[in-house]
Amino acid sequence: MDDPRRLGQVLLLPALLLIGLLLLLPIASTVITSLHIDTPFAPKRFVGLQNYAQLRDDPVARGTIEFTILFVTVSVALEILLGLIFALFIHHRFRGRGLVRASVLVPWAIPTVVAAVMWKYMLNDQYGFINLLLHGGHIESYRAYLADPGGARFAIILADVWKTSSFAALLILAGLQAIPDELYEAARVDGAGPIRTFFFITLPLLRPAILVALLFRIMDAFRVFDLVYVMTQGAPGGATQVLQFFGYQKMFPEQQFGYGSAVSVVVFIIVAIFSLLTVRLLGSRIFEESS
Amino acid sequence: MMPALCNRILRRSGFVLGLVILLLFSLGPFLWILVTSLKSPAQIAARPPELWPAFDFTFFRTVFAQHSFARYALNSLVVATCTTAAAITLGTLAAYPLARLRVRFRRTLLALVLMASMFPQVAIVGGIYRMLSAAGLLNTYPGLILPYTALTLPLAIWILVSFFREIPPELEEAALVDGCGPLAALGRIILPVSAPAVFTAAILVFIYAWNEFFFALLITTDPAVQTLPVGIAKFPGEYEIPWGDLAAAAVVATAPLVAMVLGLQRRIIRGLTAGAVKG
Repeated sequence: MDDPRRLGQVLLLPALLLIGLLLLLPIASTVITSLHIDTPFAPKRFVGLQNYAQLRDDPVARGTIEFTILFVTVSVALEILLGLIFALFIHHRFRGRGLVRASVLVPWAIPTVVAAVMWKYMLNDQYGFINLLLHGGHIESYRAYLADPGGARFAIILADVWKTSSFAALLILAGLQAIPDELYEAARVDGAGPIRTFFFITLPLLRPAILVALLFRIMDAFRVFDLVYVMTQGAPGGATQVLQFFGYQKMFPEQQFGYGSAVSVVVFIIVAIFSLLTVRLLGSRIFEESS
Repeated sequence: MMPALCNRILRRSGFVLGLVILLLFSLGPFLWILVTSLKSPAQIAARPPELWPAFDFTFFRTVFAQHSFARYALNSLVVATCTTAAAITLGTLAAYPLARLRVRFRRTLLALVLMASMFPQVAIVGGIYRMLSAAGLLNTYPGLILPYTALTLPLAIWILVSFFREIPPELEEAALVDGCGPLAALGRIILPVSAPAVFTAAILVFIYAWNEFFFALLITTDPAVQTLPVGIAKFPGEYEIPWGDLAAAAVVATAPLVAMVLGLQRRIIRGLTAGAVKG
């Protein structure tokens, strides 16, 4: 026990065992299952890449991939933009800043399922706050946003932007705090106005923080599930169908384990590409040997 | 002088206006569900919807009386607490060598842990489901606690490694020179010094476990072990959603988190950004 190297291995063992057993092994098993036809109705058999070929030719899968990419692009872009604006506000020194920061954190802390219920109710066709806000007492003009494809897509994106912009804001805030005050001082002495200072000092120095926020948000957005499950179940007409929900539907309600696993492997590969980028980016900061 | 003053007032009011919009955006949906939960059953069907509630607690009473809701809350509390205890214990043990000792394949291990935290749930749920099913753990507390611990371990390890690395090595070396083994150094020096970091990691793990939905949905089908998110997502009422009850349920599920965020804002922000941005 006195040999630090041996001790290190012993201390690491339980955590690595659990991660290996419950995270890594299941990935391997999903990849293997994706190469089989596996349903409760027939014996399991190996079919090679047939599930992937089916996925390529499935028009529903194509629509799902298209909306997932649209969802990720639009919501992450909005989240980074709003996150940047939020961060600039809560970076300022003012009375009650702690309380404002806590309020910004509220959407992040609320369970996604609850957030989805909230937005479903906000957008309700009879009692929704959004309808009240837009149409006031004219209840004849109240709309059922979740019933039309465009409205439902907008609703899912809105709920995600609400829920996760604060996370982006916090990462960008940490970046803001790392910018030395002397730089702003120097810019002021040189007579640069606030807009020039923002574009020539703040934004370039925030680039690493924004990039990290961007990668984290992209990975998370590709995994969207709870919002779709609660708000639309993929409706209307599959307009809000996303990859994780599609994979879940194939695997569990429809019991097509092979095909569902193929969908899951695709989501996994997409997320893995972004997580490799993240690891590379963060790696140098956290992995360097301690002196 | 005058234009400068005008300018300052203008800028100041612009800033305040921005803050108000920020607050309304962040808190609005929660306030709306809070108002809804406090309405009276007669008020809830009013159209257009009324803004001011009657502060009638009927919906809170029905939710606890009718919908096995107290059970969901208890289950969430048990599962989140056990997950936090397990993930923080194993996470601390693993983070210490990764941060402070010489470990072979250290970089690979850290990269692997980081990547494992980003696996899409749907890509691992099949294997986990089969394993739990074979072990007879579906519809049990351990059936949720085990995967939750594995899922939150990367987060805990990552936060703890980045905090442990900030502790000056001299502290630990002094202990080692005094004849303490590395394990004693962990217990007597590192842990007491980094108690705030451990606490921070614990808050984040707890929130994750309290909010998790995907695995809970598939692993628990028996309401006796289901957690709040599942209970709320599967709220009874296929055709007519009982919005008042649902709003009360949502408020109960969210209140502990809002309280946590209000009280521990600083810690949560540090924990979330630990390791992501230098500073």
